[in-house]
Amino acid sequence: MFDALWGWPPPVLDPAGPYADKVTVLAWVLLALGVIVTAIVCAALWVAIKGPPRWKQRLGGESAVWIGGIAFPGVVLTALLFWGLTLTADLTDDITGNEQRIRVTGEMWWFRVQYLDEAGRVVMEDANEIHIPVGQPVVLELRSADVIHNFWVPHLSGKKDMVPGRTNLLRIQAGEAGQFGGVCAEYCGGPHALMGFVALAHEPADYARWQQARLQRLAGPNTTGGVGRQLFMESGCGACHRVAGTEANGLAGPDLTHVGTRATLGAGILPNHRGTLIGWIGDSQGIKPGNRMPSYDTLSAAELTAIAQWLEQQR
Amino acid sequence: MRGQRQITITGIQPAARLLAGLCLLAVAACKPPEEPRYTPDKAIAAEGLQVIKQAGCAACHEIPGVTWPAGRLGPSLRGFDDIGLIAGALPNTAENLAAFLRNAPAVKPGSTMPPIPITPDEARAAAAYLYGIDDDV
Repeated sequence: MFDALWGWPPPVLDPAGPYADKVTVLAWVLLALGVIVTAIVCAALWVAIKGPPRWKQRLGGESAVWIGGIAFPGVVLTALLFWGLTLTADLTDDITGNEQRIRVTGEMWWFRVQYLDEAGRVVMEDANEIHIPVGQPVVLELRSADVIHNFWVPHLSGKKDMVPGRTNLLRIQAGEAGQFGGVCAEYCGGPHALMGFVALAHEPADYARWQQARLQRLAGPNTTGGVGRQLFMESGCGACHRVAGTEANGLAGPDLTHVGTRATLGAGILPNHRGTLIGWIGDSQGIKPGNRMPSYDTLSAAELTAIAQWLEQQR
Repeated sequence: MRGQRQITITGIQPAARLLAGLCLLAVAACKPPEEPRYTPDKAIAAEGLQVIKQAGCAACHEIPGVTWPAGRLGPSLRGFDDIGLIAGALPNTAENLAAFLRNAPAVKPGSTMPPIPITPDEARAAAAYLYGIDDDV
């Protein structure tokens, strides 16, 4: 997630898709107008302090107030408002049926991700990772399970609030394949600063293959097993986490059916490999203080390793 | 000696005060300032710090120079330049450390630390950083 916040060029000024392009254009125009207005104010200030008496008199006159104080800002700001709203109107266009629909639900402090079919039924579930096809519009249905969160991938779109009891639509589209960091951009308590995700844009053919692999995995039985699986179940992990095809069917925490393929752990904050898996399970409170998963410090190193090894196989 | 002048205890003879001051000086002289026993190439060590951040080593270890996270599952690496053995098993050399970082169970059977997905060069850079830590106050 951290690559959403810094880098060069700054992610917020480095659009990677048509919708983000518009937001960036809007930002530059606003900045340019801001600079012009500041320059005018500075010039007027100079005239008021050091200018010739005739200029001073004109600046202090009634017409200057009417023109510079009311007419100019009125016209410019109204024009800007209409232009800005028109420019970004299609970012929130309704669902037409030609897009990939993804429901993203903000939860303290991670993102639940559900891929929907045309009818809006959940096809597969994931967490903290959004896979999208390059060059095709994606409609995100943004929700919240608790407090107000905010969905923001600077490379792909502007910010959009996730409000409890509402579904806010946001369109994104990637113009190029790549991995883009995203963050929660609305303070939501506790470890808000460690609530992130990644958006991965694939070429359409790769995207279809990825989708196919996931569906195949969901259709077949889960053949992974061993000590790790047994420990996972015995430790009660399944009360909060779901792993498709096993008895783990908890809904409170992130779905771990495909955790072995994820780029990150802990909601976009750590790279995903066996080491960080062990670290997260054993001491998630040390890494992300206040998150809702307890540190499993009652497990031995060998047990943690076995669980991590089993989770790595969930692909 | 500024320190001596600040401590003014009334009712003690000047000679006793002088004696106490000399004792303090003698104690202070016991520990000469320590030299780091290994000084890594600065550029390589800086690269190593980046590797450490990207690989998420701090998920389990407190590491000087990494502000977050500071995981507590594994040992803290503060003062790592002064420890005797890596993971209580291997002589603390940069080469051993690089091998350990990449595949700990191979060089120390039974190690809790799993193999970490980094290249040999990245491991050497990370080792240079860790081994070169000089955080004596």
